Amino acid sequence: MTIETDPNRTRTDAELAEEALVPMPLVRGELPRWAPWAILVASLVVVGVILGVTSGFSIPLTLVLGAVLFAVATFVISRVVEGGRKATDRLVTIVVTVAFLLALVPLVSVLVTVIQNGVARFDGAFFSNSMRGVVGEGGGGYHAIIGTLIITALAAVISIPVGILTAIYLVEYGARSRLARAITFFVDVMTGIPSIVAGLFAFAFFALFLGPGIRFGFGGAVALSILMIPVVVRSTEEMLKIVPNELREAAFALGTPKWRTILKVVIPTSIAGIASGVTLAIARVIGETAPLLIIAGLTTGVNLNPFSGRMTTLPVFAYNSYAAPGVPREPFIDRAWTSALVLILLVLVLNLLARLVAKLFAPKTR
Amino acid sequence: MSAPTTTPPPAPAAPTTSTKPVQQAGDRIFKGAATGAGVLILVVLAGVAAFLVAQAIPAFAASAEQLPGGKNIVAYIGPLIFGTLLSAVIALLIATPLGVCVALFITHYAPRRVAQGLGYVVDLLAAVPSIVYGLWGVAVLAPAALPFMGWLERWFGWLPFFAGPVSATGRTMLVVGVTLAVMILPIITAVSREVFLQTPKLHEEAALALGATRWEMIRMAVLPFGRSGIVSGAMLGLGRALGETMAVAIILSGSGIVTFNLISSSNPSSIAANIALQFPDSTGVAVNVLIASGLVLFVITLLVNSLARYIVNRRAEFSGAN
Repeated sequence: MTIETDPNRTRTDAELAEEALVPMPLVRGELPRWAPWAILVASLVVVGVILGVTSGFSIPLTLVLGAVLFAVATFVISRVVEGGRKATDRLVTIVVTVAFLLALVPLVSVLVTVIQNGVARFDGAFFSNSMRGVVGEGGGGYHAIIGTLIITALAAVISIPVGILTAIYLVEYGARSRLARAITFFVDVMTGIPSIVAGLFAFAFFALFLGPGIRFGFGGAVALSILMIPVVVRSTEEMLKIVPNELREAAFALGTPKWRTILKVVIPTSIAGIASGVTLAIARVIGETAPLLIIAGLTTGVNLNPFSGRMTTLPVFAYNSYAAPGVPREPFIDRAWTSALVLILLVLVLNLLARLVAKLFAPKTR
Repeated sequence: MSAPTTTPPPAPAAPTTSTKPVQQAGDRIFKGAATGAGVLILVVLAGVAAFLVAQAIPAFAASAEQLPGGKNIVAYIGPLIFGTLLSAVIALLIATPLGVCVALFITHYAPRRVAQGLGYVVDLLAAVPSIVYGLWGVAVLAPAALPFMGWLERWFGWLPFFAGPVSATGRTMLVVGVTLAVMILPIITAVSREVFLQTPKLHEEAALALGATRWEMIRMAVLPFGRSGIVSGAMLGLGRALGETMAVAIILSGSGIVTFNLISSSNPSSIAANIALQFPDSTGVAVNVLIASGLVLFVITLLVNSLARYIVNRRAEFSGAN
């Protein structure tokens, strides 16, 4: 008897449970996949038509108002169909995406403008002529390119050894000593030095020894080093820190002295990151204008000696051509844009180089 | 092992009981070089401060008649400080929310394959020289912003910020602020992105597994974790905006006034821009005045950066970003 009734009873329990579940669905309504796109197109069309009927139709205005309507419509529809949480999620997705697109507009505009305006004078003459004796048309930025290369190279020669050695001290020797903490703090402070202050320092320093009104290339290199050293220290420090301690301990266990461990084990392991960090640091300072305007000055001819005489660099050349053009105005403006284009290309090449270097120097894992 | 007790113990083991590590000449030289480099940085920084102060003292000592414009040094630098802070704050207000959104888009919304490319583009844009942004600001943004500024004046003219009249050239404080925002946007994005990427995957997956939507996951797992990163990115951007020279110098034709009116043709200049504009033609005590203003800028950025570091350190234990 009991054996017979038990299955009966369980069956009815299951049925009851099933009945109880019916009015409570496990999933809520969900908008179909095409819904967001449909709402987007619909809101753009609505805004476009309204603008076309009432006042002037313009693409930017349509896009802005369309995006607002799209966000509101999606939120309302989703709230009705899917509930509040999903609706908030959709709203935030739209806001984030729109913010991204909005941020893209000026950045793309910068690149397009520079390329459009810079291409006019992106010719052989720009790379082979200086501005000596040039009044209107013609001329070029050869002297500025040479100046930029010399000053940046000098800055790199000063900053790279100092920066890498400091990072080695911080990671390998200093470890939490008072000196190391002080250095870390002041490197952070240095990161925040405005570039023009670095230029003023170089000027104040050299003016004290070499007289007021001093302008020369090496001073520019010193100013750039002040901006570059902290970048090199920080990136190298990060790279040295991620070298596993086991590698160092293995080397010590084999009886290797510390300096050889650093040179032969730690540095080769992290050389990829260090090299790419250094390249990026060079890319940072190669476009600096303000300090060079102050200490390196401006000239029209080629100057190969960084220790005497003014030296033009590309950013200063671009600034001066635009801010103080001669007559006629057009050739000067064209040269300014071409200098900007060359600068962007230099930065681009250095960035690609950093990638390549990181890949080439990466330690072989097998 | 067991048998030969007759063999003598290995000779060198016994005498070297010294626990001091062996110091080679190479070791000492290398350590000395590394320490020296570190100390050199401290010396240089002390030098920056010392030389700036030394060259600035004549400006503070000089009487008002000797200074450019015949004004007191405080009256000369005051409006410049105001202009510097105003432009930087506008830039920060625009760039921080946008930068965080862009970073979120790259890390959590964009398709995986696109995201890496976008991250690279942002890094690249952070390295674009400021003079390029300045040229863009004056040649493209200023004319393009004219109708918008007219609209602001028409509808929001009752606010002191948009009282107008609108500058005919578009070279206004608002345009400078937007240009600076464009300039620091990649920096804020890059820093925030780094931190967002470091959010523990397990936290995110746990939130999603509990049924959180993507936004709830970001609000509960990603943003609390990345808060210090956002703050330090914003402060880094602020520092850059404060010290930015060329963009301001090329866009604004500043005068020594203090006004909150962002869209008129008379604007306060910034410290850095003023130095860049005046320095090439200055001699004598005018140079000292400019160096004194540079010293003030140095102190301001120092305060901002210290504040950022303090905030980051205070929150460091709560986030995993250390």
